[in-house]
Amino acid sequence: MSHHQLDARRVLCPMPVIRTQNFVAKLPPGDTVDVLCTDPGALHDIPAWCRIHGHEIIRTQEQEGELMISVRVGASPD
Amino acid sequence: MTQPITQQRKAVSLISGGLDSMLATQAMLDQGIHVEGINFYTGFCVEGHTHAIRKKDKAKPKRNNALWVAEQLGIKLHIIDIIDEYKDVVINPKHGYGSNMNPCLDCKCFMVRKAHEWIEAHGFDFIITGEVVGQRPMSQRRDTMPVIQRESGAEDRLLRPLCAKILPATLPEREGWVDREKLFDFNGRGRKPQIALAKKMGISDFAQPSGGCCFLTDAAYSSKLADLWSARGERRYELDDIMLLKVGRHLRPRAHFKIIVGREEGENRFLEGYRKQFTHMYTISHPGPLVLLDGEANDDDLQLAAQLAARFSQGKGADTVRVELHEKGAAKRELDVVPLTNEEIPLEWYL
Repeated sequence: MSHHQLDARRVLCPMPVIRTQNFVAKLPPGDTVDVLCTDPGALHDIPAWCRIHGHEIIRTQEQEGELMISVRVGASPD
Repeated sequence: MTQPITQQRKAVSLISGGLDSMLATQAMLDQGIHVEGINFYTGFCVEGHTHAIRKKDKAKPKRNNALWVAEQLGIKLHIIDIIDEYKDVVINPKHGYGSNMNPCLDCKCFMVRKAHEWIEAHGFDFIITGEVVGQRPMSQRRDTMPVIQRESGAEDRLLRPLCAKILPATLPEREGWVDREKLFDFNGRGRKPQIALAKKMGISDFAQPSGGCCFLTDAAYSSKLADLWSARGERRYELDDIMLLKVGRHLRPRAHFKIIVGREEGENRFLEGYRKQFTHMYTISHPGPLVLLDGEANDDDLQLAAQLAARFSQGKGADTVRVELHEKGAAKRELDVVPLTNEEIPLEWYL
């Protein structure tokens, strides 16, 4: 299982979701990804997308206007 | 005697985030169809951006309606970035524009064609949409619905559950994958049948976008896009261009340049992200907005732009206002200018 980082800063929703979706599609179940964002809408949209597709939000952090949303890839193929 | 196992048929549903596609999808789920949603991001979508940008909108819910609908229905949603491919639809619509720069019929043909490609790549059987005959003046008319089927290549694998009963039977109906009798015969612009069906299906919360979900249906936005093309002498755009058209006041004082003036803190912060790409300025003697300058400007033009920046600052009533100017590729400098008055700004400058 590997850990990854994805830069989705300075793009507005739904682009952070699209980038997460396309990145996660290439990963095996159990891998984790820290998605870095600046659009606060991602705090709502990425967890919603994860719930729909069976992925898990491990944590969300906010620091100096930047967000980090950590996702564990679920078993369900997309 | 054991019954033969029937194959569960699979459909992809074009999910806009509005009520109609939600109802169409639920109708298919109720018939035992496996449905997944697809949502196309063109760059002109209304939801999301403006809420993210404008501070006064921060309190509004920021949910992405397509994701929210998918979650309510319990289906997967695939969001597809079609920004680049969509340019040709906007720039060269075969069927022309609607009342603004909205190429609705070409747009629908394009999206159904992309959905058709998707079902072929993913082994799905058919496509559903929330279209209703007569609901929209351009793309949802009895005579344009077959055009979408034909030009998208989806042909009779495109099913519109909300008005299927008043259209010829499609493949899923003829093959018995779905029961035509349980589909609907909605017709026209009225919303009552949809509201009643929503109630029957137990759907009480749904988005009701005013003015549609696409900036191209907006007169003010379309006018700014037309100006952009006119100023460039060609019909092209990049994502940054169409994002900037959503933000700030746009004024074109002279044919060869325009300015974009942030209207509030959220917009100023958004425009700050473009400082390196544009000549820009802001007032330093008084609080004021960030102003981006798009085009080529000589000293006289920069002076005029600075006077406009001063006009939109809190120093608009002052004798002089000091403006810090950052020209692309040059050292910053300061200008002392007299703010323009409202009377000195012709209405035609406002885009």
